This record gives sequence, C-alpha cells and structure tokens, in this order.
Amino acid sequence: MTQHLPAIIIVVPLLSALLVAVFGWIKKTICFVIALPAMGIVFLSSIVLFYKVITENQPIIYFLGGWSPPVGIAYNIDHLSSLVLVLISGVTLAHLIATRQTVIEEFTNKVSAFYTLYILFVTGLMGIVATGDAFNLYVLLEIASITGYAMIGMNSGRAYLACFNYIIIGTIGACLYLLGVGYIYLVTGSLNMLDIASILPGLVDSKVVPAAFIICMVGLMVKMGLFPLHGWLPNAYTYAPSSVSTLMAPLTTKVMIYVMVRVALYVFTPVLSFSVIKPGNGFTWIAVAAIIMGSLMALSQQNIKKMLSYIVIAEVGYMVGGLWLGNRMGITGAILHIVNDAVMTLCIFLAVVSFSSYKKRDKLSDFQGAFKEMPVTAAVFCVAAISIIGVPPTCGFFSKWYLISGGLAAGHYAFVAALLFSSLINMVLFFRIIEIAYFEPFSDHHGKKHHVKIAEASPGLLIPLIIVACMLIILGLYTDELVTHVISHAIPAEIV
Amino acid sequence: MEMIESIKPLLAVLISVVVVVPLIIISRRPNTREAWTFVAAVGKFILVASMLPVILDGSEITCTVASVLPGLDIAFRVDAFGMLFALVSSSLWIVTSVYSIGYMRGLDEHSQARYFSFFALSLSATIGVAFSANLLTLYLFYEMLSFATYPLVTHHQDIEARRSGRKYLLYIVGSSIALVLPAMIITWQLTGTLTFSPAGILGGQASPAVVTMLLFFFLYGFAKAGLMPFHSWLPAAMVAPTPVSALLHAVAVVKVGVFCILRVLTGVFGIKLLADLNLGTVVAVLASITIITSSLIAMSQDGLKRRLAFSTISQLSYIILGAAILSPKSMTGGMVHIAMHAFGKITLFFCAGAIFVATGKKYISEMAGIGKQMPITMTAFFIGALSVIGLPPCGGIISKWNIAVGTLETHQAGFLVVLLVSSILNAAYFLPIVYKAFFCGPEETLFPDKIKEAPLWCVVPLVVTAVLSILMFIFPQPFLTLAKLSVGTLFINP
Repeated sequence: MTQHLPAIIIVVPLLSALLVAVFGWIKKTICFVIALPAMGIVFLSSIVLFYKVITENQPIIYFLGGWSPPVGIAYNIDHLSSLVLVLISGVTLAHLIATRQTVIEEFTNKVSAFYTLYILFVTGLMGIVATGDAFNLYVLLEIASITGYAMIGMNSGRAYLACFNYIIIGTIGACLYLLGVGYIYLVTGSLNMLDIASILPGLVDSKVVPAAFIICMVGLMVKMGLFPLHGWLPNAYTYAPSSVSTLMAPLTTKVMIYVMVRVALYVFTPVLSFSVIKPGNGFTWIAVAAIIMGSLMALSQQNIKKMLSYIVIAEVGYMVGGLWLGNRMGITGAILHIVNDAVMTLCIFLAVVSFSSYKKRDKLSDFQGAFKEMPVTAAVFCVAAISIIGVPPTCGFFSKWYLISGGLAAGHYAFVAALLFSSLINMVLFFRIIEIAYFEPFSDHHGKKHHVKIAEASPGLLIPLIIVACMLIILGLYTDELVTHVISHAIPAEIV
Repeated sequence: MEMIESIKPLLAVLISVVVVVPLIIISRRPNTREAWTFVAAVGKFILVASMLPVILDGSEITCTVASVLPGLDIAFRVDAFGMLFALVSSSLWIVTSVYSIGYMRGLDEHSQARYFSFFALSLSATIGVAFSANLLTLYLFYEMLSFATYPLVTHHQDIEARRSGRKYLLYIVGSSIALVLPAMIITWQLTGTLTFSPAGILGGQASPAVVTMLLFFFLYGFAKAGLMPFHSWLPAAMVAPTPVSALLHAVAVVKVGVFCILRVLTGVFGIKLLADLNLGTVVAVLASITIITSSLIAMSQDGLKRRLAFSTISQLSYIILGAAILSPKSMTGGMVHIAMHAFGKITLFFCAGAIFVATGKKYISEMAGIGKQMPITMTAFFIGALSVIGLPPCGGIISKWNIAVGTLETHQAGFLVVLLVSSILNAAYFLPIVYKAFFCGPEETLFPDKIKEAPLWCVVPLVVTAVLSILMFIFPQPFLTLAKLSVGTLFINP
C-alpha cells in the first residue's frame, strides 16, 4: 500500500472531486463531508511520504501506471517536494475546515461547483510538486490555473475583470513555460527531469539551452507574480471570493516558486543555473525591485486585501532573491520562506476573513473597534503581523535571518537593505491597522461607557485559526530541525 | 567558575506571562486583578532573589530552552551583571504595583485589565533581557519589550498618545530592525557564535573598519538607551500613565537599552578589542555629548515629566560613559548606576504622579508652594533629586564617585569635567523645584497651607523608594558586590 502513496495523493482528491460534483447536486452539505476525509487522507499520506523520505534519506521515484520513462510519467518525491506536499495539504486542510461557514454564505447555490473546483485546484498543485516530468508539470499547472480562474470568477462585480486579466496573463505565462520545455525537448529528447538533468550539462555550448532557460523562467515569473509581471495578482486576490483568495494567496505563488527552485536546481542543474547561464545577479536585482515596489504599493492601499496582496508580491521578491543569490544560505532561506510564508499568509488572510464574520470589513477604516469585539482574532492577527514583520520567535524571523545571511555572504547588500526596508514598511503597515482597530473609535480618557459586546467568529473558523497561529511559533522554534534534516538535503551538494 | 543548570531563569521570565496574564484577563473584579499583579511581582522577585546566593558565590546559572538555528540556542545565563539588573527591576516592580493601584484608581483610569497585563508582559521581557545568554535571545526579548510597552505608551488613546506611540515604535523597533538585526547577522557570520563571552567574540575576527561599523550599529540600534540623536522617543513616551513612565521609562525599558549596550561592549566586542582600537574613547565622547546636551535641554522644560525624561537621557549616558572609559572602577560605577539611578529616578516619577493625582498639575511653573500642601511627597522628591545629582547621603554618589575615580585612573580627566559640569546642571534643574516648593513667600504660593497628600497607595511607595535611595548610600553591598564580581571576570586577562 505505502508504495502507492505518490499516486494516492493525486488520485484520491481527483476521484473525490468527481464524487462532490455528482453528489453535490443531490445535497449541498454532503460536499464538505466528502472533501474533508479526502483532504485528510491526502494530508496523512503526505506526512507518511515526508517521514519515509527523511528516514530513508533518499527520494521515492514512482512510475505512474508502471510505465517507466522516457515513455511513462515518473513521480519524484524527494526532500524538497515532500516538504512542499505536506505544506500544501496541511494548509488546505486547515483552510477547508476554517472556511466551511464562509463557503456556504458566499456560494449559496454553487457550493458543489465550488468544492469541485477547489479539490481539483489542490490536486493540480499537489501534482505540480510531485511530478518528475517537465511536460506533466505543465498539464497540472493548467489544471490548477483553470480551476483557479473559475473560482475567482465566481464572485460578481469587479471579479470578472480581475479574472479575465488573470486568464490572459496567466495563459501567457504557462505558454512561455511550455515553450521553454519544448526547447529542452528539442535538444535533449526527454521530458523526464532527472533525464534532462543528466543530459543538459553536456550541452553547455548549445545556444538553445540558455534560451529555453530564460523563456521558462520568465513564464514562471509571470505565474508567481514577480514584479513587474505582477499585474494580475492584486485585483485577482482582492476581488475573488474570500474563501478563494485565502487559499490562493498562500499557495499559488509559493508553489510557483517551488517550481522555479525545482527547475533551477534539478532540471538545469546548479552548474548551468549558477555558473554557465548566470542570470543570478540580474534576477536578484529584479527581486530587490519587487520587494521595494511591493512594500511601497502596499503602503498606499486603503483596502486590506489589496494591501496584503502587495505584501505577497514583496514576499515573492524575498524568495526569488534568496534563490538567485546562488549560495546555500540564500537558497535555504528561500525554501524555508516558502513554508513560512505560506503559513503566515494563510494566517493573516484567515484572520481578515474572521474579522469580516458579522460586519463587512474591507477598508482599513472599517477595522474600528475590531479588537474589542474579537479579541482572539485580534491576538492571532498580531502574531501573524509580527511574523510578517520578522520578529523572533515567530517563523518569519528565521527565514529572513537566512535570506539576510545569504545576501551578506554573496555581497549583495542591496538585497539585504531591501529586506530590512520591507520589514520596516511591514511594521508601519500593520501597526497602522492595529492602531485603528485597537484605539478607535475615540473614547474620552476615563470612559467606561464603551462596553462593546464580544462577538467572535464561529469556533469552526477560530480553532483552525488558533492552530495556524501556533504553527507560526512552532515552525520558528523548530527551524533548526527543519533546516538540518530537510532543507539541507534538498539543496544539491555542489552549492556552498 | 561553576555552571549550574537550572530551570529557574526560565521560570523567572515566564511567571508573569504564563500564570498571571490569563488570571488578570479573567478576573472581573479590580481587587482580584491587582492581587494577582502583586503576587506576580512578589513571585518574580523571590525567584530572582533565590538565585542571588549562587551568583554571589561566583557561580553562574544556565538554562537552554530551544535550539532554533544550527549552533544557536534560545538560552539563559544568569551572571552577576544580569542578576544586578534583574534584582533592580523585579524589586521595583513590587513597589510600582502598589503605586499603580493608587494611581489608576485615583484617576479612575480605563482599560485596567489591559494595563496590568501588558505591564506583566513587559517585566517578563525585561528579565529575559537580563538573563540572555546570547545576542539572539537578547534581541528576542528586546523586541518583545518594545511591542509589550506600546499599548502602555498609547494608554490614553487620544491623538497625542497615538502620535507618541507611533514615534515610540518607529524609533525603537525601527532602529533595532534596521541596525541591530544586520549587525547581529554579520557578527554571526564573522564569528560563528553569538554567545556572550567575558573576553568578547569579535577579537581577531574582523577588520577594524568592520568592528567600528558594528559598534555604531549596536550603539544606535539599541535606541532604548536614548543615545542622542535617537533619544526623542523618550520625552514623547511621557504621555503614558505615570507608573509606566516610572518603572518602564526610568528603569526597565531604558535600562534594557543600556544593559544591551554594555552587554555587547563587554560580551561581543570585549574590553581588549575596544581598547586596542581606541573605540572606548569614541563611545565615551558620544556619551558625554548626550550627557551635557540633554542636561541643558532639561533645564528649559516646564513639564515636570519631560524634565525628568531629559534627565534620564543624560543619566543613561553616564552608564555608557562608565563602561566606555574601560577602567575596572568606572565600569563598576556604570553598572551600579543602573541601580542607583533607578531608585532615585523612580522616586522622582512617583512624586510627579502623586502631584498629578492630588492636584492635577503637570507643569513646574504651577508648583510654587506645593511643599506646604504635600510635604511628604516633596521631601521624597528632594531625596530623589539628591540621589540623581549625586550628593550624599544618597546612593547616586557611589556610582558617580566610582566613575570619576576611573577617569582619573586611566588619565582621561576630560571626562571628569563632563561629570562635574553635568552634576552642576543636574542641581540647577532639580533644586529650584524643591526650593520653590518649600520656600516661597505667601504672595507667590499657589497652594493653601492645608496638607492634602495623594492617596496612601501612592505615598507609601514613594516613601519606600526614597528611603531605599538613602539606604543604598549606607549599604550599597548587594549591587556593588555584584558589579565588582562581574567586572572581575571582564578584566581578568586584559
């Protein structure tokens, strides 16, 4: 049984999506009842896979349908992908439980359609991470993207335009990636990543390889929303239904960065990526621009979700910059930040959803009195904010620690400065909200008149939220273990 | 030196957060809430004091909590210097708890649950800083203290309080993220460790230029020390309720800043490295400028708390100056000054608060003749002022004397002049207040002859701290011994 786990993490959600679509027509409430165990199985299987990879200290390679490459598709679960698999399934499980009520409110008649898309979306992401085949990755990327577009478009009003924008830009990004893969196929004759990685170093002089590399990378940059290719992201996350943006914001960009790491380290190999083609310096400068512009644009937003979207854009810069520093510290920071940022983003987005439980809170000024009414959500919000600012012992600090170390080791001081700048801006951003939410509306000095009733969100939302917030601190305290036992093995040995 | 593994430092840090904050939050009645605060304060003091005999024996207590980065732990180490600081802040928290009850009730303040919770959290962070074994742990608690004190500074929630809160965060958190964080990571990359060591860890690991740069990053990054030009958050923070100004902005927060600087100067750079590169003199000059400038500014302040704030800024730099002279005597003086100044200044703040509670007056110009109405308070004020100026029979003379002797020992008489000038300035801005309070003609006086003191809850603490200020002159032993013990380890192999 356990040898089929790599297939189970894809097949189980795929089938359950089908079941949801069928049975959802009969009874709306059954959707959640099917989705929850399916995601539970995926989460447990991911953990078992993770555990196996760590203890056996070697990757699990699984041939789908028993067909061996180059004909068949191979799934390649190594340290890097098993970590991200646990991350995706864990985030999804927490999100699924937390948004149960919100989904019913937002999609009264379309609950079954939503859950079908939701599960397919997660299937796509899991597949992207698990696959060891460059073309299969494109297929799964499209599955995740198309379901993502559809979910964004399920809101009314400006969501249509945001969704359309995303479709156009996202498709261009995916096409560029496919074009890059085509070029690679042209010169290597293979689509299997391990295969390609063994052939490419022999083609150092080829002019096709750098072209393929750049096209691939630009495609991925579009999909991850790296400044200045981020145009689709803020509106898509702002105007999407809140149960959609809370899932996409933590996962989509992070998975795309995972793909970038995968392609850079395990398809093009460190030799090509960091010694022959050497785009590192340029890419890190783009990341610097992303961090600074993302932070500045976040500063000028009045809408909370839009502000958070721009923070996501800045965080994308963190990870891309860390990766292309090209040293062990920087890449460790980038991979660590994939994990930490996903949990942080989930936490802060869910907290915003929780704040809007009874009263719509979009603008920053809507947050008046929010902390008095919802003390628990407020506490969670503060923990997430402190993690995003990067204060110990929350996890955000430790990934920043590695990123800054990497920047210093590489002598890229602009990147270090950008990281510190972004921390400062984040501090301003979040304390601006905390100030509004905590101290407004004004009361007189000794006023005990303002006795606000406590009206917390439902326990179904609150409990996952608290668990996620605790995870921020637990992840921070276990950084040592995570780095020594997982991430250090996920980085090829030739990178120092 | 013997190392003892014990969980006590962790307990001393956590007691106020883990046990007391929940209890304060669930307590509906003010009486139980205040009782719990009091229990936390006493408990913390007992835990800290129970470690004192071990430390006085020359041993150290260690406790590793978690390993967070490869080769880098969150860990505690109680040594003599940390003990000195922890003893001062935890003992004064007991007094302040009593005073808070009188002050907050006397003014019928709002949100008292929040106030007492964050107060408890701040003290946890303070003790955490005192017991930190390495720079990372120190940074963790330093930041925790910044965030925990923010709601206390903005307690009044009006425009002015919130503006001050913003300034407070921007200076304190801003400087620590922008300067201390990179400096810490650079240090780690250069040396591979962040654990404080009596000989310093940077010696021989970095070029003089890098060492100098790091020194400036740390000096100004720990903005809680109020070294100019990073000082203006402190006068702004005076909008907080007076107990906060008294304990946090005369003792805990600002002393954490100086404590961090001293720790870094001795534990990261090391006396030898500073002496070799002549950096001690650089720091001493910067501290001297702050001492004189802020004393001059203090003279022009009419708000009593603002005048006290500028006086604090100058006194903090005494401590830095004492360390920067790099002589054993003056280093001892600097460390002891943490205690001496704390007791003197907290008395002054308590008096300012008592005056506000009893009469509603905040400005010095409105206090002519107040001694007739509040004789006990103003006598205590006089004693506190004597201690801060550095005159017998109060504790302040002991620390200043030691610093002064150190300047002569190392032939840096220029700094002795700074000390003398500053003492004269201190006298010039404190004594007129006392003089006007007691000796003004009937036509000048703004208060009737009738005695009307603040509530007993307010008066008793300020009498206690005033008496303690005098006692410290007669029995400076615990603090002086601790400081000598700590200095002894630092100067063992110069």
